[in-house]
Order: sequence, then C-alpha cells, then structure tokens
Amino acid sequence: MEHKRLTLFAGHYGSGKTNIAVNYALRLAAEGKPVCIADLDIVNPYFRTKDSAKVLEQNGVTLISPQFANTNVDLPALPAEAYRLVTDRKVYGVMDIGGDDRGAYALGRYVPAIVEEGNYRMVFVANCCRPLTRTPEEALEVMQEIEAACGLRFTDLINNANLGSETTPETVLNARDYMEKLSALSGLPVFATTAMTHVAEAIKDRVEPVLPLQLQEKYFDLPSQKPENRPLWG
Amino acid sequence: MAERVLMKGNEAIAEAAIRAGCRHYFGYPITPQTEIAAYMAKKMPKIGGVFLQAESEIASINMVYGAAATGCRVMTSSSSPGISLKAEGLSYIAGSDVPALVVNVQRGGPGLGGIQPSQSDYFQATKGGGHGDYRMIVLAPASVQEMASLTIKGFNLADKYRMTSMILADGTIGQMMEPISFEDAEIETYEKPWALTGTEGKRAHNIVNSLYLQPDALEKTNFERYERYKLIEENEPMWEEYMMDDAEVCVVAFGIASRVAKNAVVAARAEGIKVGLIRPITLWPFPTKALRAAADKVKQFISVELNMGQMIEDVRLATECKRPVSLCNRTGGMIPSPEQVLESIRQAQKGV
Repeated sequence: MEHKRLTLFAGHYGSGKTNIAVNYALRLAAEGKPVCIADLDIVNPYFRTKDSAKVLEQNGVTLISPQFANTNVDLPALPAEAYRLVTDRKVYGVMDIGGDDRGAYALGRYVPAIVEEGNYRMVFVANCCRPLTRTPEEALEVMQEIEAACGLRFTDLINNANLGSETTPETVLNARDYMEKLSALSGLPVFATTAMTHVAEAIKDRVEPVLPLQLQEKYFDLPSQKPENRPLWG
Repeated sequence: MAERVLMKGNEAIAEAAIRAGCRHYFGYPITPQTEIAAYMAKKMPKIGGVFLQAESEIASINMVYGAAATGCRVMTSSSSPGISLKAEGLSYIAGSDVPALVVNVQRGGPGLGGIQPSQSDYFQATKGGGHGDYRMIVLAPASVQEMASLTIKGFNLADKYRMTSMILADGTIGQMMEPISFEDAEIETYEKPWALTGTEGKRAHNIVNSLYLQPDALEKTNFERYERYKLIEENEPMWEEYMMDDAEVCVVAFGIASRVAKNAVVAARAEGIKVGLIRPITLWPFPTKALRAAADKVKQFISVELNMGQMIEDVRLATECKRPVSLCNRTGGMIPSPEQVLESIRQAQKGV
C-alpha cells in the first residue's frame, strides 16, 4: 500500500470513517512512520477518535482532537494545532472528517494548504449497507455534496461494506459490484477494502489490498455480538 | 432472510416512523437526537411528507397536537431539556385524547445538564411531566432493532388507545449502530371517527378540546380515561426475562443499562451465582406481574439505572417490598461498567 503524506477520510455519516482513520494511522505507525491523526469531526457527539487515545498513544501516534470531545460541551470548535497537520510536512497526517456535507465544511479552511502541497489522498468511505447510500447513485450524490462543501475533490474510494457484528465475508464480497459501479460513476479507483480482522483474513486471497480493522470493544456489546461467538460465514 | 441494513438508533426511529405511515414530523434540534430530524429532513420531501423545524420545542409539540387532531400519524422528538419544554403540550394532548408519538433520547440532567447518555427522565415519562391526571405509554428500547420495532408499536398503541406513546431511549442507543431489518413490522390501522377531517356537511362536527366548563364533566372524562388506562395495564405490559428460571438474585434494568447488566449476569453465572435479569420493555404500564412473580422466587433485587434511583420505586411497589431492593447506578452522563454491576450482584448474593 503506497501512502501519501496526507490521507483524508470523508463520507456519509456512520460509514466508518473514524474506525478506518484510527486503523490506518496505526498501520502507518507500524511501518515506522511518524504519524499524527486529527479529529475534525464537528458533527458527532459520541464514539470519536478520542475513544482510541490510549491505543494511539501506545503506538506513538500523535492525536489532535477538539478540546471538548467526549465532554458535555456540544461545541463544534476545532483546535488550532490541527494546522500542524498541513504545515508540518515531516509527519504523515491522517484526517478524520465529520459526516456528510455538514461535517465536511470544517475541512474547507485547510484545503488551500493541502492543494498547494499536492501530496494527499482524499478517500470516500462507502458502506453500501447504510440505508441512505444503498445505491451507487445515492453514494455519488453524497460525494458531490461533500466536495461542494469542503472544496476538495475525492481521489479514491474505500470499500467499507459492513453490517457491524453481523459482517461476514459475503457482506464484503457482495459489495464489489456496487463499488465497481461507484468507481465507474465517479472515475475514481478503489484504494482498499476494509474488514474486521477475522473477516479480512478470510477474504485476503480474493480481494486486495485489504486493510484489516481492529475495532474497540464496547461496554454495551452483547455476548452474541462478540466475534468469537459468531459464525464467520453467514 | 430479511434485508439487513446498518443503522444508528436515531435513524432507525425515523425510518420506522415513516414505514408506520407517519408523514408529519415537527421538531427542534438537540443533541443527542438530532439524527432523527436530519433523517426526516432528507426523506420527508421525497415521499410527500412534512418535515418542519419549528421555532421552539413548545411550537413543535403544539403542531403535533394540531396534526394529531386530524387523525394522522404524527411525531416529534427531542432530548431531556426539550421534553420539559414540551410538557404543557403533552398534557393538552392527553386531555384531548389524541394519539401521538414522542421520542425522548435522554441526556444528563437536571437543567441543561450535558449531552452524554442518561435515564434520569424515568419519573418525568412514567409519572406525568405535564400537569393533571394522565399517563403516557412509555416504551424503552434496548437495541437499534427495538428502536425501530417499538416506534411502530408505539404508533399502533397510540392509535388504539388515543393517547401519547413515548419512546424513552438514551443517547447511547440513539448514537450506536447495529444491523437491523424492518420486514417483520406489523402496522395496525384504526378507525378514527373523532378526527377533525371536515364534515363536508354530512355529519355533526367533531370537537378536540381539553377545556371543560363543568367540573363534573371533567371528572367523568378523567374516570373514563382511567378505565382505558386500566385496560392498558392489564393487556400491554412487555418485558424480557433472562436466566430467571433458577435465579436467587434478580437484576432489573431497562434500555442501555440492561445490556451492561446482561454482561454482568453472564459473568456472575460464570462465578456460580444464580442471577437473572428482568428487563421492562414498557415502563408504563410497568411489568408488575412479572416482578411480583419474581418476588416469590428470588431473595433480592438490584435496580440498575443511569440516574439516582427512579425505577427502583416501581420495583418496590410491584414487589410490595417483599424482598430487599438495592440500587446500582451512575448518573450525569456516566454509565455503570459490567464490573460495577457484577460487584453489586456479588454483594446481593452475600445478603442471600
């Protein structure tokens, strides 16, 4: 997997941007690169990049997140240090953008610097199992709304087809037609396919490149939702 | 297998409402329920429905009142402080006997509180909130699938009994994502001869009103309404029992607290503790019979709640204080960990 200095993840809300951004940052770190991840999500109140602060720190990834993330203050403000990502060209930067066009507005102010440097990948995260992006046409509409909001064109697609704990290899493999169509409509390549580690292992010979995702365990996951208690093939 | 989609709890409520025939949504944004309004804003114009962001919560609940008087399926949604603002309208809707669906995705309180999850509006939802003698049917989902299915159930019950159904969720279930399907949803329809649909000169006109000039007439209406409530208490309680067969300790928890409690029950069983869970799905009507039956079998109850202890009063009432009831809780936007619940189960067992 070839990396650009800046990798930006944007898409429909709930498409999986945060999980992918965190895992991608960890992968860069595992390859020995200096990495900084910025949470630019001004939309979501819960389940943020900051939830992964510990694992990021353990792996030497610098986290920049809004001062009030995960607090009781519902303030869509971005930290000044987020600029470091676009100005400090020695680090590999990963940006987690808020969902839909409303989330992407926050990216706009960094776009002139990103374009000037010209060493970035703007990735559209697609999950065909989400109800408002069930068809490639609907996904394309969301892409165009995001581009209009932030002023930056997408360069790549990522296939993040998943049904949460019910994701099977078929879920991911069945999304290939959808992704091919979205690729044809947008003229953009599919940069990678993502899947939870155990699913990724099962499909790695049939799809590439695969970016395995390690997801956080949540306190409200039921016994039946844990990967070890679920059949791999549905 | 029914088609599965991955949804946020709040989106599931909105989609389920549309599938239940709701074409009128009036709301005002507040975290952590804003996705309901956002989803409605995107979808309603495409299906000929109405999405309207009112100038305030008070305006939105009165728009619901007006639309409900015409007999159409109508809803609003908010989070804790916003529901307080709607309280007057909830009372008027109850006093007028019109059906509506109201969603409360709770956050920490009192006051402006915070945006993190909570269950501290239990009293407000089950004991009134607004003024006067009235009840609301209160449904407490514990998964994204139930956010959808109880929304449809809520519309059905509201029409059946001509009253408000409230979905009492919390921020976590509103924000979390799980795979769900809609195909097993059963949508009931009811005749509404009382609705204000225009007489076309063919019938006497209907009146929807909560003002009574004579106190005896108001009393009679209240008596009749409470006869209806009695039917609901007999026929509509819903609950889930988990590992209760041989239980000596019974954990009672609803919504997100029940999921944490379930993990704690599994962990306690692994330690050899005979513990089970009763999860009220309807908070009003409270599953009194299930609790009363459990009181004859178990030695102790634990109420697990995201508040300072509200449902615990109904547990004590339902069990007629036959057994001790302890509280395991966090509040202000915090959630008990499975370890905390497990520890309270261990303590309860020592008391056995």
